[in-house]
Formats: sequence, C-alpha cells, structure tokens
Amino acid sequence: MQVTAKNSADMRLGSLEELEKLRSELLAAEDPDQTKIIVCHGTGCVANDSPSVTKALKAALAAAGEDIKVMPGIKTTGCHGFCSRGPLVIIKPSNIFYQQVKPGDVEEIVQKTILTGETVDRLLYVHPQTGETLKTTEEIPFYSGQERVVLSNIGQIDPTDIEDAFKAGAYAGMAKALTNMEPGQVIEEVTKSGLRGRGGAGFPTGLKWSLAAKHQGGQKYVLCNADEGDPGAFMDRSVMEGDPHAVVEGMIIGGYAIGADTGYVYVRAEYPLAIKHLVKALDDARAHGLLGENILGSGFNFDIRINRGAGAFVCGEETALMRSVEGKVGEPVPRPPYPSDKGLFGKPSVLNNVETWANVSRILDKGADWFASLGTEKSKGTKVFALVGKVNNVGLVEVPMGISLRNIVMEIGGGVPGSDHFKAVQTGGPSGGCLPWEDADLPVDFDSLIAAGSMMGSGGMIVMDERDCMVDVAKYFLGFLEEESCGKCFPCRLGVPRLRETLNRFSKGQGTLEDIDDLYSLAEAIKAGSLCALGGTAPNAVLSTLRYFRGEYEAHILEHRCPAGVCKDLITYSIDPEVCTGCRACSRACPQGAITGEKKKPHTIEESLCIRCGMCMESCKFGAIQVI
Amino acid sequence: MAQQAIDIDIDEIIERYPGRPEFLIFLLQDIQAAFNYVSSEALTLVCDHTGVPESQAYSVATFYNSFSLEPKGENLIQVCLGTACHLKGSGLIAENLMRNLGLDQPGTTDDLKYTVETVNCLGACALAPVAVVNGDYQPKVSSPKLMKTAQKLGTE
Repeated sequence: MQVTAKNSADMRLGSLEELEKLRSELLAAEDPDQTKIIVCHGTGCVANDSPSVTKALKAALAAAGEDIKVMPGIKTTGCHGFCSRGPLVIIKPSNIFYQQVKPGDVEEIVQKTILTGETVDRLLYVHPQTGETLKTTEEIPFYSGQERVVLSNIGQIDPTDIEDAFKAGAYAGMAKALTNMEPGQVIEEVTKSGLRGRGGAGFPTGLKWSLAAKHQGGQKYVLCNADEGDPGAFMDRSVMEGDPHAVVEGMIIGGYAIGADTGYVYVRAEYPLAIKHLVKALDDARAHGLLGENILGSGFNFDIRINRGAGAFVCGEETALMRSVEGKVGEPVPRPPYPSDKGLFGKPSVLNNVETWANVSRILDKGADWFASLGTEKSKGTKVFALVGKVNNVGLVEVPMGISLRNIVMEIGGGVPGSDHFKAVQTGGPSGGCLPWEDADLPVDFDSLIAAGSMMGSGGMIVMDERDCMVDVAKYFLGFLEEESCGKCFPCRLGVPRLRETLNRFSKGQGTLEDIDDLYSLAEAIKAGSLCALGGTAPNAVLSTLRYFRGEYEAHILEHRCPAGVCKDLITYSIDPEVCTGCRACSRACPQGAITGEKKKPHTIEESLCIRCGMCMESCKFGAIQVI
Repeated sequence: MAQQAIDIDIDEIIERYPGRPEFLIFLLQDIQAAFNYVSSEALTLVCDHTGVPESQAYSVATFYNSFSLEPKGENLIQVCLGTACHLKGSGLIAENLMRNLGLDQPGTTDDLKYTVETVNCLGACALAPVAVVNGDYQPKVSSPKLMKTAQKLGTE
C-alpha cells in the first residue's frame, strides 16, 4: 500500500472515542483461533541469539505451510524478565513456556506443538527444588510470585508496533485525563494513589507535581530520568525496550497536569535498543496525533525530545541531569531552588524516572484506589527489581511493596546456587547497603530499607554468597563513586577516596581497629557535607557492611585473612592433587610460568611466582584449583 | 570503523543541529560516533557553530566518559564492571586482558589495534561476566575466551 500524505493524516486520532473505536476494531480483527509464537528479543535473549531462533521459526513455519490450518503469528517482544533462561519462546494462548531454545529446536516445536498440540518436554522449565517439569508461565514460581503492573505489557506486546500497544490499552489513561479531567484533578489522582518516585529517594510524585503546577503559565518542562546508572540495575532499560509507550503516555499526562508543553527523555547511550524503541514510539505517537498539537482534540499541545547521556553517573542526579540537557557539564547545583521552581533552563520542571512515569499511565487508567490497594501503608504499588548475582533465577521481577527479601530471593529467585541461604543482599546501587540473612524477613519498602541502613534505590538487588567478601564489595562501590564523583564539592571528592584507601589497606591485611573508628567519623563528615546524594549516600556501603559484617573486617585486620577468599593479597592458589588430571591447561594459561608438573600427573603452583590472576582457575575443567 | 570516517563530511554533521549551546553534547556525540574521537579541529568547528567558548566545550568533552580526544583503536573491547559482573570476576578478566595486550590501564594499544575500556554496567547482568567486542555482547566470558577473541581480531 502506498502511504500518502493523506493516509498519514488519516491516522490522527481526534478524540477519546476515536481511540476507543480503533482499539475495538483492532481487537475484533484478531483471529481467536490463531496461535501466537512469542520470541523474547530483550537484550539478554538477543545476546543469546534469539534473532536466529526467530529466523528459524519463520523458515520452519513456511516449510510446514500446507499442513497448518491457521498460520501462527510470530511476535518479537521486549524482555520477559527470566534472562538466565533465554532465549525464551512462549506459545499463546496456552502459554507454553520454552526456555533456552536454540535454532535447532525450532523444527520440533513446529512439528509437535504447532501441528499436534504436544509439548516438547526437554525445553520446559524444571523446578530446581522439586524436579517437577512445569508447562506454562503461570506454573513457574518465578512468574507466579510476581504482581506485574509496570511490566504487564512487556513480553506481551511488540514494542515497535503502536497498534499492538493500543490493543493492550496504551494511551487509555492519557485519553481519560486529557478528555475528562482538569489538570488539578490529575494531580489529585496521582497524590491519592500514594505513588512515590521509583528513582531512589521515594519522594511523593503528586506533591512534586503540585509544586511545579503552582507556577501559573509560562514555560515549564517535564523530564524522564532514563540515565539508569546503578550497576546491577536494568529495570528502566527493559521498560523502555519492552513498552516505550507506557513512558510516553505517562509523560504526556505529567505535562498536562503541570502545564508543560515539552518533555525530555534523558537516556543512557549504553542502551541503544531502548533509544531505538523510544524513537519509534515517539514517531508513531506523533503520527497518531498523540503527540503534537491539540492532542485528541483537547487543545493540549505537547511533544517529547530525546537526549542521549554521555557517560556520567552523576547525571542521574536531577540537577546534574538538567545541566546536561542544557549541553553543559553535568554537575549538581545546590537546592533550593528546587527544580519545581527553577529547573531546566531556569524554568519550573518535574523530573521522574522511567518506572514512575510508567506507573502514572496505569494509575490514570485503572484509578488511584486500585493502585493504593497494592503495597504497604506508606509504600504503595509495586516495585520492579533486577535480581542478579548469586541467585538461580537471574532476571527482572515485579512484586508488591512490603514483600520480604526471603520471598524475593528464595521463592521467586529460586534460591542461591549451592546454599540454603544468602550471605547478603545489596540494594540501592552504590548509594545503598548490604543486608544480611538475619534480615531475610525484612519487608521491602522505602522506609524499612532505610531503617536497615540501605535504601530502595532504583531497584538493583544483588545477591551475594559466602564466596563474596564484604570488604571487597564496599571497596568496589567506593571505587565506583570515586571514579564518578564530579569533583565539585570536597567532602565527596576527597572523602570518598580516603574511605577507599582505608579499605584498600584492610584488603591487604593492614590497618588497625582504630581505622574503623576513623571510617565512622569520616563517613559522618561526608554525609553531612556533600552537595548531592552521590556523596551524601556514598558511605552507606561501608557503614552497612561494618554494621552487619564487622567480624569479616576484623578477620582482615587482625588475622590477615579474607574468609571469602577474594582479597588478592590474602589468598593463595593451590592445586588439589586428587582432582588434577595433569592436562596442562593451567600451565599453558599461566602468564607467569608458575605452574609445573609432568603430563598426566598432578601439577603444582610455585607461590613466589603467582600473581593471583586466576587464569589457572578459569582454564581448569576439573575444578582442581583451590583458593585458601 | 576508521575507514568510514573519511567519507563523512564534518560540515554535514554540524548542520544537523541548530547553532545553540544546548546542542553541544549532541554534536560531540555524532562526531565521536562518526570519527571515533573528537579532534581539536572538530571541537573548534562545533564551538563556532554553537557559540560555546572552547574552554567550556573542552571541559564538557573531558567530563563525559563517552568522548575521546585521541583516536581509538580498530577494535573496541568493553569489559563490564557492574556489580554482578564484579562478583563473577570481571575485574580480573579486565586486568588479564590488558596485561595480555600490553596495557597497564584501560586505553589504546600503541599499534592502534585495540582499545580496552571498562564500563559501569551494561544491564545484561544475567549474562555476567559480560564483555562487548565491537558492539557484540559476549555472554559469560572468561579471561582465556576473551583473549582468544582479541587475538583473532588482531589477525583479521
């Protein structure tokens, strides 16, 4: 079909009714008998080569063509969350869940599942504890334990197809807000829902909006913080990749509520797929009259621009982010004045993160009361976590606020490989802290986490086991923040490196117990004196590990020992003669020539030559290398 | 990658954006993408266009990690040092790779064949430890695997 100017003008939706009509037409046009094969094209599955699976599926279906009554549709979607099991293939409507699918498995899926309705048992998920084979998504604890609000459409819709998003209800909340509500009522609804910002600090969203809305008339801005910099966090990336319309819709609602005509999305350049899907979503929304002038006949004008981040962690801080959008060095500025009074280009501005904006869309669609029914008294709704590290089910999970750490890690996450408990769970990114197994029943919400010495942060949840050293982890985060400190204020610029140097001494088995006291007083000074949250929260990694794992610090200082076997200066590598087969893989890998021995006989490591690079351990296929 | 650059006209890039200070970062990003680095000549052209003083543009170009004022190597290897990757030994992997290529810190080899960078988190934690070689994700890498990949690139 030739697309003419007339045609593209025809796509514009002029009212709420036209949007609803289009949605019902699209839904009516669906063939209820058609099977849909969903292939995950999130970053994780793509890296595990899911596009080849899709290609093989297309070929296998075409080859089986005549035997198939109703040709199944293939849909590629965003991240399903279960990244450690990818590539994922799901057959709808029965929701048969195939995991770790290779292109070579596809022929069997078509021949069995598509043609005869049988399952291919070897591709099904096996419960790691019970050994039971589970057939559908609903049966798998990783999914059944979740409550998907923000992630509800991700994995269901094709993120590059706005019509598919319409079918799932996209822009319904926005249409309702613009057509039936005054801006003040929109703010009231968001306030009533109890939504708190998902970016880290948990500031009430409705209150933030009302502060900016107070300024009558004039230029205002809304911004989306998509500079997801916390290591070990990828919730926002998945939302933008898998359901970009939820973010766009939320921002339009926010713009309408505070009276802004322009929105900016500040997104990390490390997320190329998210940027691509956002750009496509914006283009499609414009073509349908959902961005631009007189949106849905409401008289409200709004458009969104994208700024790519340039690789500076501190730009996740709101004032630094705004400086970066202005084309400047991303350094924070003192508050007040708050961005709601003087933000981007000196104008009243509201900045929320990706997950917050996506929640706004759902709240306007389903109502504040529904949202407030989820979660705890002071932390409403759900939270998406990136569950990573030493946990069986690595991936993205969305749970109601207030659920316990134990439930998230041990049930949904399927537990810790080779152990019945975790040593620590780190939340809140570099600003957060490590929580011990003793806190496993802690309810995960904004306030409980802060009381326990950590914080919600943007939602990274890193599970650690006995092989992870808490001194090393604290040193890691301090090193990260030292690198990322913008250098503007000295408590952060000079204090964080001093903290790290002290820990560095500990990891070499040096230092004294008095150094621990010094750490505490320096931490207080950094907290009190830093200009922004980067410095203000930097000591958390040290303080929380000292609070819960002081014994491990003392082992380093007093016994010159790293119990987890991580700190290079305190460990030695050796070869277990019982296990070593003398295959010589390690001696070939050793850059120092420190490993010797006769072929097919146990080898030995000359300790004085060893630089503890771990190459021998990585190259040994038999697990013969030990660290003491 | 370096070959491409010859065909790209810097003036064409400059004209992509209006001459206002807020487009400084956009321009530097496009130049970095096209030429693999921001030359001092390019920086001057950008400043003339946007009206940003060169001193300020220089501070922007050196503040953000994604800009390089020196040409990068033919092959870009990024090792993720995010928390999940760190726990799975990515720090050692980066060190081993650099030692293997004769680098004592992240940077470019003298023969301009390789640039090794460490990155904070690629958000691909299920694949930890992860590296990105010339744009392709390498899930669950190890030192020997990554060194082999690098060697192969060097002989191509």
